[in-house]
Amino acid sequence: MTPTRFSPTGIRFEKIDKRYGGLYALRRVSLEISAGECVVLAGRNGSGKTTLLRIAARLARPSSGAVSFLNGSGESGGMQPPAGFVAHATMVYDELTAEENLMLFARLQGIAEPAVRAATLLAEVGLLERRDSLVRTFSRGMRQRVAIARALLNEPAVILFDEPATGLDPQGVSWFAQTLRGLRDSGRTILMSLHGESEVSTLATRAIRLDAGSVVADTRTGANFRSILAFANA
Amino acid sequence: MALLSNAAVLLGKELRTEFRSRELLTTTVVFILTIVVLFSFTFDPSVGESRRFGPGLLWLAFLFAASLMLQPCFLREQTNDTLSALRLSVNDPFAIFLAKLAANTFFLLFTQVLLLPVFSILYNVPVLAAFPQLVLVMFMGSLGLSVTGTALSAISAQARMRELLLPLLLLPLLTPVLIASTEATAALFVPSPTMRWDWLGFLLAFDVVFLTALWLFGEYLLEE
Repeated sequence: MTPTRFSPTGIRFEKIDKRYGGLYALRRVSLEISAGECVVLAGRNGSGKTTLLRIAARLARPSSGAVSFLNGSGESGGMQPPAGFVAHATMVYDELTAEENLMLFARLQGIAEPAVRAATLLAEVGLLERRDSLVRTFSRGMRQRVAIARALLNEPAVILFDEPATGLDPQGVSWFAQTLRGLRDSGRTILMSLHGESEVSTLATRAIRLDAGSVVADTRTGANFRSILAFANA
Repeated sequence: MALLSNAAVLLGKELRTEFRSRELLTTTVVFILTIVVLFSFTFDPSVGESRRFGPGLLWLAFLFAASLMLQPCFLREQTNDTLSALRLSVNDPFAIFLAKLAANTFFLLFTQVLLLPVFSILYNVPVLAAFPQLVLVMFMGSLGLSVTGTALSAISAQARMRELLLPLLLLPLLTPVLIASTEATAALFVPSPTMRWDWLGFLLAFDVVFLTALWLFGEYLLEE
């Protein structure tokens, strides 16, 4: 990963409710994630993991409660750059090349020298030689690499992953685990939901389990930590 | 300025992806040509009838083409959840709408200009006499179709019966645009063409009202 210019940032969820009609996707979720933590969200389908991540990314608005970003000393910071968000969907255009995609989002984000930034990131994710290929010609693993490069364009301090390893082959999972380790070691705050990727989930420093929209377990160490990770791998 | 610069970047993306895939333009041009040809064979109008009913048929064809063209506008952003990536990247979500409606207006206008010679031949209506005025009417009408259609496309893309919902919402709402555009076009198809500024003013007012509404409330249309 390139030398970092972000300032350490944590996330605070305060009494978050999210309702879709009469259905609660999240119910009174309060969490504080410190700067530099690598957190796994585990839980069954429909437990609220994706909703929580999308609220953190500010793609969804909570029905009640608030999300704030914290500076290194744990206080609510001012305006923070948007968190990087990588979902199961690639969030890039199939009809554009890898480079065109990164240039597009770099320009939209007002990044200086978008061509240089795009080339740097493509080199980091190992796609520099395929920079001119349309994304639709890429394998699932290569698309995910473009997706990660897009999320890192503005050097976010917080990165959110929503089931990023789903559909990747073992080689892709290993590459992703290695990338994740690099992001974690660079001091970024990582919040990710996972399904069945042990190599990835073991990089977590904290595990949170959601059930029916509520936090039912939250731990950093011990047998409970392993059981939550095991749940993530189920 | 960030709004306009983001909209320009996104407009470039819209044009590039469309001209690369040609999905939308090809389908719409073929569809609209089919409609105009079918109308011609069905009614077999005389010159007088063409001048009287031609503008209405023409704008009906444009309206159907618009409902076909506008459908995928936001729908294809859902394939890879690229709409979320756009929302995370722009400061003002209105830039997304602005780019899409500019692209839709351009595509509609492009289709209309392609169709005009075919219409002129099939219906024996001279269009060259007032061509610049006709392009202006078409631009204002297309803008009306695009502004409304882009907003409704954002709404319908999130609905369950999305393929049916857009035409159901769009066609009644665009009746004023259809009437105004037809009247303004009809006045240009007569032997001594005149520009109906009253109808053009009506189209302008429609465009401004819907554009303002989109600017004020567009953000909520993109929310989950």
